[in-house]
Amino acid sequence: MLSLPSSFLGSKPSHTSPVDMKISSCLSSILLFFLFSAFSAEQNVRTERISGSAGDVLEDNPVGRLKVYVYELPSKYNKKLLQKDPRCLTHMFAAEIFMHRFLLSSPVRTRNPDEADWFYTPIYPTCDLTPTGLPLPFKSPRMMRSAIQLISSNWPYWNRTEGADHFFVVPHDFGACFHYQEEKAIERGILPLLQRATLVQTFGQRNHVCLDEGSITIPPFAPPQKMQAHFIPPDIPRSIFVYFRGLFYDVNNDPEGGYYARGARAAVWENFKNNPLFDISTDHPTTYYEDMQRAIFCLCPLGWAPWSPRLVEAVVFGCIPVIIADDIVLPFADAIPWEEIGVFVAEKDVPELDTILTSIPTEVILRKQRLLANPSMKRAMLFPQPAQPGDAFHQILNGLARKLPHDKSIYLKAGEKELNWTAGPVSDLKPW
Amino acid sequence: MKLSALHQSYLNRRSNSFRSPTSLDSSVDGSGKSLIAVFWLILHCLCCLISLVLGFRFSRLVFFFLFSTSSTNFYSAPFRPDLPVKHLDVHTIGRNLDPGANGTVAMATKSSRVVVGRHGIRIRPWPHPNPVEVMKAHGIIERVQKEQKTIFGMKSSKMVIAVTPTYVRTFQALHLTGVVHSLMLVPYDVVWIVVEAGGATNETGLIIAKSGLRTIHVGIDQRMPNTWEDRSKLEVFMRLQALRVVREEKLDGIVMFADDSNMHSMEFFDEIQNVKWFGTVSVGILAHSGNAEEMVMSMDKRKEMEKEEEEESSSLPVQGPACNSTDQLIGWHIFNTLPYAGKSAVYIDDVAAVLPQKLEWSGFVLNSRLLWEEAENKPEWVKDFGSLNENEGVESPLSLLKDPSMVEPLGSCGRQVLLWWLRVEARADSKFPPGWIIDPPLEITVAAKRTPWPDVPPEPPTKKKDQMPLSQGNTVVVIPKQQQHSTKIRKPKRRSKKNKHEPRPTDTTTQVYSSSSKHQERN
Repeated sequence: MLSLPSSFLGSKPSHTSPVDMKISSCLSSILLFFLFSAFSAEQNVRTERISGSAGDVLEDNPVGRLKVYVYELPSKYNKKLLQKDPRCLTHMFAAEIFMHRFLLSSPVRTRNPDEADWFYTPIYPTCDLTPTGLPLPFKSPRMMRSAIQLISSNWPYWNRTEGADHFFVVPHDFGACFHYQEEKAIERGILPLLQRATLVQTFGQRNHVCLDEGSITIPPFAPPQKMQAHFIPPDIPRSIFVYFRGLFYDVNNDPEGGYYARGARAAVWENFKNNPLFDISTDHPTTYYEDMQRAIFCLCPLGWAPWSPRLVEAVVFGCIPVIIADDIVLPFADAIPWEEIGVFVAEKDVPELDTILTSIPTEVILRKQRLLANPSMKRAMLFPQPAQPGDAFHQILNGLARKLPHDKSIYLKAGEKELNWTAGPVSDLKPW
Repeated sequence: MKLSALHQSYLNRRSNSFRSPTSLDSSVDGSGKSLIAVFWLILHCLCCLISLVLGFRFSRLVFFFLFSTSSTNFYSAPFRPDLPVKHLDVHTIGRNLDPGANGTVAMATKSSRVVVGRHGIRIRPWPHPNPVEVMKAHGIIERVQKEQKTIFGMKSSKMVIAVTPTYVRTFQALHLTGVVHSLMLVPYDVVWIVVEAGGATNETGLIIAKSGLRTIHVGIDQRMPNTWEDRSKLEVFMRLQALRVVREEKLDGIVMFADDSNMHSMEFFDEIQNVKWFGTVSVGILAHSGNAEEMVMSMDKRKEMEKEEEEESSSLPVQGPACNSTDQLIGWHIFNTLPYAGKSAVYIDDVAAVLPQKLEWSGFVLNSRLLWEEAENKPEWVKDFGSLNENEGVESPLSLLKDPSMVEPLGSCGRQVLLWWLRVEARADSKFPPGWIIDPPLEITVAAKRTPWPDVPPEPPTKKKDQMPLSQGNTVVVIPKQQQHSTKIRKPKRRSKKNKHEPRPTDTTTQVYSSSSKHQERN
């Protein structure tokens, strides 16, 4: 915001004498400064600016900072999948589809691949759904492999860097490990062909096989219109201390408990089911979004994977997220100072959750609420249609822009090969 | 992703879950692996059989627990979540399952502290809320709500000036206590102007002093008449007196009329903060006839009427602003008194419906600056209060205005009923102990056995006078059961039986009999 006065001065036309111009420019700058400080002071009472580690990066505009080329893949990789099952547009992995649509009409898109900084492959690996709506990842490695074979044979840009300036959106449970079970996912590891590419994924856990160092973590897709339809007036007092709705024991897959959520959700239930401060249950109330807006803390424990749409919902509704997932990497972690916004509780400390939450000083709680109230924070978590400045699409582009310029070493010399095209389980090598 | 394994085949899942134990022996490979696999399969079948016998799922991992030699890290897997908690109060440590040993060398460097596999469910020994923490949590909630209020709620709240006309009578304590409690709950500053007919008495003063609010107690000399019409006229006079006090003291706030038998909701006080100059709210009118049978009859009649003529609009018991579709004030809804024509109460203790005036004062609120002599921005459509001529007949606060269309309708244009109007009074000749303190204490004891009427409660043991000597000053009070079910209070029958220290049997019996005969006389 403070950069504007200088730009204002810069664009001021100078038709008067230099002295007059200097005086008038000084006066206008002083006036503007006061105006802006007054305005921002008033804003600061209600919300606080989020200064990320890179300094206010949430409001950066990626346009002009990078160029993205979108490959033309046959529709069997994208449109046909969507036609077969339109549920892909509403489940929590819909980010891959909306990212494609956003890039097609975005000003960062370029039709000249030679001037592109990043290359995007429009493939929807998570759009193979069971009748109940869960994505099956079994064919995704083959699909990805087939797509990469296509782009490497039709365009020279893949072979130039072996994918180091390409990015892929893989929002599934464990990202590019393409499996919903953690043990299997770890066993598979990231698809070998994607090892040099940048992965845009929802999964994030430190020191985990399925999180590459250069990956960009994004929030899961949550339908913005649905959430906005449930806003209640902000003066309704927050009277619920801790709120959570969801499973504690996954009785179908892990009836004894201990596997699901590493026992953390079961621990929450066993320790706090008798505690009136904790409004926790497995109900599916119709007032779920409204209740979140009446709560101070919303629990976001891990499930089978550490990430959850609850984080997005908590941020949008102004409820302080209590994140119970060891070593989790939260969305846009380099742009959003999550430590200052949420409360992190180690899984081993779950039995003392009430002590931890009640011993947070009230000033800290109020500050967290002010940070959450900042609209740029809420915007950054959502994927609105059509895209708006500051939303998650732009944050992804910002993240990609921050990785520029590419290091010269990614460009391979002729004949040099780094990727092993035959690595991975045998079943992955079958054509798709 | 809670249903991730839902669509997986059962066998697949089984094989997966017992792959985790095998991975601990990951150093064994090749043929050793298959031997171990066979071993686990056999163990699995054995456990299935045991489960069938026992009736609940017997975890193979118990065997694992028995056979584990690798580390001292052991745990007790909770067998079932619904078993008593006592079994589960062991703090457990997660089993150390190293995923790095599975994969390639490159992954060994990435071994995380977070391990995959079965973890124990940590439960503390006393999983119940700690009262100190609960209090702290409530403190946090209060602070957060206060902050919310300052940000989103009222910017600055104005003082509430409550005007109550009252007089000493049986039901005064009942009504005034209700007002006291309502005003004590108001989250804003309150000044309470109580105007009393018949002079300022200690009776009233005691009640209002208990509120702890800032009060102005004004007395006027006239006594309250005993017809409803005259009473409301006097109340108007009393309210105007209060408004004069506001003008003289230059009280700054919002004036509302809290009649002592009205019932106010807390939202009412929040809503009137929005008034700029002169506002009106909807008042629910409870025109109560005092005769339960008649009420029932009228209810039935109304139901019949409703069945016959559905077009007929029921008499809406709300007095308040009427708005058009653009939420502009176009008039007032008034209580329909036609159904009660000729049947309404005239005297204060009549057994008939008490009807409200055309426009009750309690449905209006005004900014106190309207009454001041000099106030900036005072609108022109307000008459000067100082030159108000009471003899012209001030019926409602609208007489203070030149232009009644400038009144602001509150409560979403009258759609919310924020307070209720009710008039209930006791018989004119009813008496009550002053200050509702019974002093000296009543001294009545009657042996219930000796009374002629059959439907008495069983006697308490202390009542047997001829058997037990009763100490002096025995204060057992017996109030006889009411003969009629009526809302009217009868004079509490005072029986002046003094109980002697050692009662002489003959005396008491005669006394008792005389009392019972006295009763019979009265009945």
